[in-house]
Amino acid sequence: MGLWPCGVIKASHKPEHTVNVIKVISPSGIEAWLVRDHLNPIINMHFAFRGGSALDPDGKEGLAYMVSGLLDEGAGDLDSQLFQRRLEDLSIVLRFDANHDTFWGRLKTLSKNRDQAFTMLKAAIVKPRFDEKTVYRIRSQILAGLRRSSEDPETVANLTLGKELYPSHPYGRPVKGTAISIKAITRTDLRAFKRERLALDNLIIGVVGDIKPDELGRRLDQVFQDLPATSKATNIKEAQPQISGRIKVVRMAVPQSAIVFAQKGLRRIDPDFYKAYVLNHILGGGGFTSRLYNEIREKRGLAYSIGSYLNPRRYAGLLQGYGGTANKRVSETLEVLKKEWRLMANNGVDAETLDDAKTYLIGSYPLRFTSSGNIAAILISMQLEDLGIDFLEQRNSIISSISLEDLNTTAKKLLDPDNLVIVVVGTPKGVTSTP
Amino acid sequence: MFTALAVLISPITVKADHGVFNPKTFTLSNGMQVVVVSNHRVPVVSHMVWYKAGSADELPGKSGVAHLLEHLMFKGTQKLPSGEFSKTVARIGGSENAFTSLDYTGYYQNVAVEHLEAMMKMEADRMKNLVLNPKEVETERLVVLEERSQRTDNNPSAVLREHVSSALFLNHPYRRPIIGWKHEIQALNVGDLQAFYDKWYNPENAILVVAGDITLALLKPMAERTYGQIPASVTVHRERPSEPPQKASRQVVLKDARVRQASWSKSFLAPSQVTSILGGAGQEHSYALEVLSAVIGGGTTSQIYRSLVIDQKLAVSAGTGYSSGPHGPSRFTFYASPSLGVSMKTLEKAMEREIATLLKNGIAEEEIARVKKSMFAQAVYARDSLFAGAMTIGSALASGRNISDVEAWPHLIASVTVDQVNAAAHAVLKNRPSVTALLQGEDEK
Repeated sequence: MGLWPCGVIKASHKPEHTVNVIKVISPSGIEAWLVRDHLNPIINMHFAFRGGSALDPDGKEGLAYMVSGLLDEGAGDLDSQLFQRRLEDLSIVLRFDANHDTFWGRLKTLSKNRDQAFTMLKAAIVKPRFDEKTVYRIRSQILAGLRRSSEDPETVANLTLGKELYPSHPYGRPVKGTAISIKAITRTDLRAFKRERLALDNLIIGVVGDIKPDELGRRLDQVFQDLPATSKATNIKEAQPQISGRIKVVRMAVPQSAIVFAQKGLRRIDPDFYKAYVLNHILGGGGFTSRLYNEIREKRGLAYSIGSYLNPRRYAGLLQGYGGTANKRVSETLEVLKKEWRLMANNGVDAETLDDAKTYLIGSYPLRFTSSGNIAAILISMQLEDLGIDFLEQRNSIISSISLEDLNTTAKKLLDPDNLVIVVVGTPKGVTSTP
Repeated sequence: MFTALAVLISPITVKADHGVFNPKTFTLSNGMQVVVVSNHRVPVVSHMVWYKAGSADELPGKSGVAHLLEHLMFKGTQKLPSGEFSKTVARIGGSENAFTSLDYTGYYQNVAVEHLEAMMKMEADRMKNLVLNPKEVETERLVVLEERSQRTDNNPSAVLREHVSSALFLNHPYRRPIIGWKHEIQALNVGDLQAFYDKWYNPENAILVVAGDITLALLKPMAERTYGQIPASVTVHRERPSEPPQKASRQVVLKDARVRQASWSKSFLAPSQVTSILGGAGQEHSYALEVLSAVIGGGTTSQIYRSLVIDQKLAVSAGTGYSSGPHGPSRFTFYASPSLGVSMKTLEKAMEREIATLLKNGIAEEEIARVKKSMFAQAVYARDSLFAGAMTIGSALASGRNISDVEAWPHLIASVTVDQVNAAAHAVLKNRPSVTALLQGEDEK
């Protein structure tokens, strides 16, 4: 082996493989995006309903989350045990979940069992049972989960940050609810959720696997046709996060303080979104090379995990971050964090840094397409974010077209170290809540 | 459905009619084994190097050295300045990480296939040419101490898990935490790290696994040009103290004001695929134990879940865990989290009744048939992910199993009989000492 001239290994900008996304419309008019994949005899169907726990009624926080735990626990003629056993016997994976903006599900089946799999899925979303004893059990499990996560400094930090940022918007309420709200949810509420939220007009579908478009069209009708045409009208307002520089300390007897922080960010539809995306990658994004990683972890050993990320929601965008450090080193960590934030706002980045970030973000893109489940998830987010069916072909050129000037203008405009909202959970030394 | 995470995870499940991942293998002249798992969905590869050395191979008093060394492998070598490894991976759009376990340490990069050889070159370089800079050791020690706080000391159930392992293994080094005891991490020095590195980081003690858009024919010359250039070294063997026959049951209790949801578990020593329990169950029981765990405690339709959570409503979660994977002795664990207002005593009695019933009545034939079917019908799922095959094969080889064990697994599971499952249950559970663990709030009973 010879010496390596450092830095000669570079990703090429050559167009890599493309994923062909097909729009499929069922006989009754239900749309799905499909990527055909014959590598394995598997079908992945992911689907989402716009509108998540932000729509939970006041006092019933956690409703969407609770429904997500109940749809695979009995439907049609099958009670919870029979339903679960049939899923297992056929090796069908069926899961539901919720966040503030979305309620979603995913189905994975061997192609040979697809007829039964689609029948089970249809039952789950059209005829869920919500049997009393099953509701009791799932409620107990959620309450146990809430008790458990109240021990966890990171979870407490994130819930506190939500309340700080959104005192009067539903984004400030916990997706999993509270002990009081979960106890208040009745079977009537669960049925109302099913009736009002799971409809054709807010449905999005992404399919990857061993299935032909015309068969998929028929299957879409088989599964979804009996859903109501329209969901209940909603009136979520644009969120105005309460951004002003402050620290909130929540006392907990732990050796390491959990730190989370946020400032104003961008929504996905913002024309500057990708500039902010590249910027965040350099500041605190993934991998072992970001500035926060280097300054806080590599150089000073202040933290094991440290990073930042864009959190673009439907009604608000944030630039957020997280870290954990010994109680006695919290104030030092916060100083370095703000210093790096300010440095990037004031000085931006240089051309080489931008170029490296671009080659990383473009070169690593194929790594997201390494399993059919991952691809199905991408089809869903493309539709949720209104990105267009040709987005996968556009994405890399959007990133490569960002100029240094664009990026540094965005850095100045976006990064606001004086207005970071910081939450610390632990017993930090010399750090107290802003009065 | 909400279920608690099992403590132990079964190996990836697979299909019976032909091999699981159909890997190809050869060995370089310096003794380094090479394995290829082809998967051509996207033009990327997962490039992994596994060392057959983990925390259980550390010297007494030096716990944490395997893991701290893993962190330091991301610093410089004699040829590559500190930080340049990760910068290079990032520049080509790769993702990378590493992991330390009881039995092995692994490093990987997921990259476009055109960059594979560059990765191999860098990984081969840091197998022999690492530079341990005392200043960097100090900083990285702080990072690892923060990692320990985050993973363990901040979390009462993780603290209790450490004590369970220490109680369960009287003599085997599995009794030490992978990340190390805090006071021993604080005392590690450059010499300790260098000694561990020199002893274990050799081609003969390493396995290269490449999964993805690559064939053996293409990989072989690259492997010869990179790893193949490293001279062979003296053969090393694991020399671990073994576990004596155990005579007494133990109980560990952690009461902590932070705990708001209690939990209970009972662990028995159990054989793995490659290690028998001295004076106890032999390794031939390992496949039957996997089936047993799936039947009695592997999910929401298992016997224990149905009885404790659904019928008696004593627990919010309950099940069992068993892994046949470790190089050394394994464990068979029953766990449950009590429903609000249910005492530990009540929960424990209920679980003991389940164990007694199991030993008295055995398992029903049809339950075993069901579970076996679902265990190997998952085969295709395992093949769907680019990384699952590399992980499964790498961990098997690094833990003392071989490729044919991985590929034959479905056949062996399919051939397990009801008598074998019942015999395995008796061998591991009947009148055997165990470790019971209680995690409770400060004034709970």
